[in-house]
Amino acid sequence: MSKVSRRKFLAGSLAGGAAVVAAPAKKALAAGNFSGFPDGMGVLVDLTRCVGCRSCEAACNKEQNLPKPAVPFDDTSVFDLTFHHGTQKRRPDENAYTVVNRYEPEGMDKPTYRKMQCMHCNEPSCLTSCFVKAYTKTDEGAVVYDEHVCVGCRTCMVACPHNIPAYAYSKVINPVVKKCIFCYDTRVSQGKPPACVDICPAQVMTFGKRKDLLKLAKARIKRNPEKYQTEIYGEETVGGSAWMYISGAPLDEVGCDTSLPKEPIISNVKGFLGVVPMVLSIWPALFTGFHLLATKNKDHHDSHHAEGEE
Amino acid sequence: MEQLSKYGVTPLDGAKKKSGEKFNLMEKVFLGLSVDQYIAQVLRNKFNWILAAILAVGVPFILYRFLFGLGAVTHSSNDYPWGLFLGFGLFCMVPLSASGFMLGTTCELFGRHDFEPIERLALLNGLLGYFFAVVYLLVDLGQPWRLAYPMVYAWGPAAVLFLVGWHVATYLSVQVAEVSVAFFEWIGWPHAKAFIRKGVVGLTVSGIILSTLHQGALGALFTYAPGKVHPLWYSAEFQWIHFFTSSIFGGLCMVICVSTIVMMTMSWRCDDRFKEALPDLTIKLGKGAAMALITYLVIKLIAVAHDNEWVYLATGWGAWYIFELLAGVVAPLVILSYGIRNKQVWIVRIGAFGAVIFGILLNRLNTALIAFNWKLYQEIPHISEIIIAITIFAIYVGTYRFILNRLPILYQWNEEPAKAEETVAVPASPEQGQEEIPARA
Repeated sequence: MSKVSRRKFLAGSLAGGAAVVAAPAKKALAAGNFSGFPDGMGVLVDLTRCVGCRSCEAACNKEQNLPKPAVPFDDTSVFDLTFHHGTQKRRPDENAYTVVNRYEPEGMDKPTYRKMQCMHCNEPSCLTSCFVKAYTKTDEGAVVYDEHVCVGCRTCMVACPHNIPAYAYSKVINPVVKKCIFCYDTRVSQGKPPACVDICPAQVMTFGKRKDLLKLAKARIKRNPEKYQTEIYGEETVGGSAWMYISGAPLDEVGCDTSLPKEPIISNVKGFLGVVPMVLSIWPALFTGFHLLATKNKDHHDSHHAEGEE
Repeated sequence: MEQLSKYGVTPLDGAKKKSGEKFNLMEKVFLGLSVDQYIAQVLRNKFNWILAAILAVGVPFILYRFLFGLGAVTHSSNDYPWGLFLGFGLFCMVPLSASGFMLGTTCELFGRHDFEPIERLALLNGLLGYFFAVVYLLVDLGQPWRLAYPMVYAWGPAAVLFLVGWHVATYLSVQVAEVSVAFFEWIGWPHAKAFIRKGVVGLTVSGIILSTLHQGALGALFTYAPGKVHPLWYSAEFQWIHFFTSSIFGGLCMVICVSTIVMMTMSWRCDDRFKEALPDLTIKLGKGAAMALITYLVIKLIAVAHDNEWVYLATGWGAWYIFELLAGVVAPLVILSYGIRNKQVWIVRIGAFGAVIFGILLNRLNTALIAFNWKLYQEIPHISEIIIAITIFAIYVGTYRFILNRLPILYQWNEEPAKAEETVAVPASPEQGQEEIPARA
């Protein structure tokens, strides 16, 4: 019908060519996994150095204006606390965004202490599971949240593989999810290390660019292979995280869940998410078709018209 | 009500009195009884006293929850963020409410008018189940007044829960429209009814789409927790299909259970059309449920094979898993098949109760609570949580009964008064009339 003019043909070819050139870039953007912003910051925790002084807990409490604890921060008796018939140690909650626990791995002459807080995952499951998009992964690597939109469904708590987000159950009017925010507002956004890192007297934690920290961690392990386990917890766990741990004791004996998958949590959900647009687009025609096939010559419509008109 | 009928009092079942005068709204609400008669029969019914007792205990607990926060009535668990309100209220009530879209599809899309006597019961069961699932959700949400945020204020469209929220909300509206036909008949707005009937195919198709997706999405919510849900109950690939397929037999069996309870406790409200069709329909619904059960069993086993989880079957969790499958799927399947083959309605009903209790309730509680955090510890819900869950369920049962007593769900609405009580009711529509005659011949 309409003839393709020479000019239109050329324009079309150019557009097509541009699309081909642009395609690889687009493909890279659409690649399955996101492994963090290139200059994202992180913290390397060296468990061989921690002495369990709890000063990081105190610094966090002060920086985040959390309520005063029942047991003062210089009291180490909290390490003896267990919960749920002795099966559980302390975990972060609405009043403490970080806690230190003591572990006694077999065959080690002294205990290992491990500080736990939000890992600030590269591809956080709390973020991907939130139906009001309360969470943000900032360029600096912090996972922060907007408590003004939190509905309180607590799906992020179900989704977090590290069991970090806690809920302000005690609040009546404005309960929201509470967790470590990497001191984003007050420190990390200005390039300063978080309060816990700053205060640590034993230099357990190193703050820096995540990619540099990975090199540092590998160098330490290489220099002292008999002192360290070979794995870096957080390098690849559930897609990797800003916070990473190296340890002398086997990681699974100091409270790290080594059975977690390497892929980010969201990769388990993508299968279903892909089904959704298919159902939305196929079902209408499929079932209307079934209807037509099943009711043809069976005066189905007529009977309903009659019913409607009475 | 049964005692009243001995004295020749009949419940209201049409628009007009025997004298040809129309009932007014108050008379309809009081079932056509005088106020004294109505109150007397309410007080005489022992079940009302049981409900009242549950509410008297439970309602203060619900108020307490809203005055003092979730922490006051639960264990405030950060490891088990979802307790009984969602584990039972949302994850169990929703699959048991799949009946609405199942029977809607059967009658309206496939033109199987023989299922019509039970269609409205199935639609109502769907509507109320969803509605009360949302009520449970409102009790559980930290800030229920923000429920509409994902709809209007802050969109997180990549999240599974976003889908659940939108789909449950839109599907609730679809179900309100579907059930409103009965309401418009009862209140006497024929034009509104005709308007809804015109869109019934569209409503039904949207019902299937929304149900497929959010029944599946409830399963997909657990795919966020690969390290927490026990591997036997977890399947990244098939979780949504498990939840969807089980909702099919769940919905069908729930209709069998509800119709059984209704026949036993409210037979005065069921008309002859319903009573005569029910045994046959129960067996037909049982057939559908049996097919869904065998499909479910196969894909449950495929999931175990796909992730190569056979080794877990030899553990304690494996024994519990096998128990769930035997009691909730295999046993109901065998019982249903036997009942269908020998046309034993009561056997089918027993099978249906088994599938509802062990196939749905146990499975959902296992996934959400019992086999959840299997590496950590078991949590037994706080007593207040249990009381509130039971109270909301009692409100659900009460509402269900209130509507069944009034709207033409179990009986057909008569625009003109019936001539004599015990004879055939005047058919509400020519089409249904045509069906009645061969059935009676």
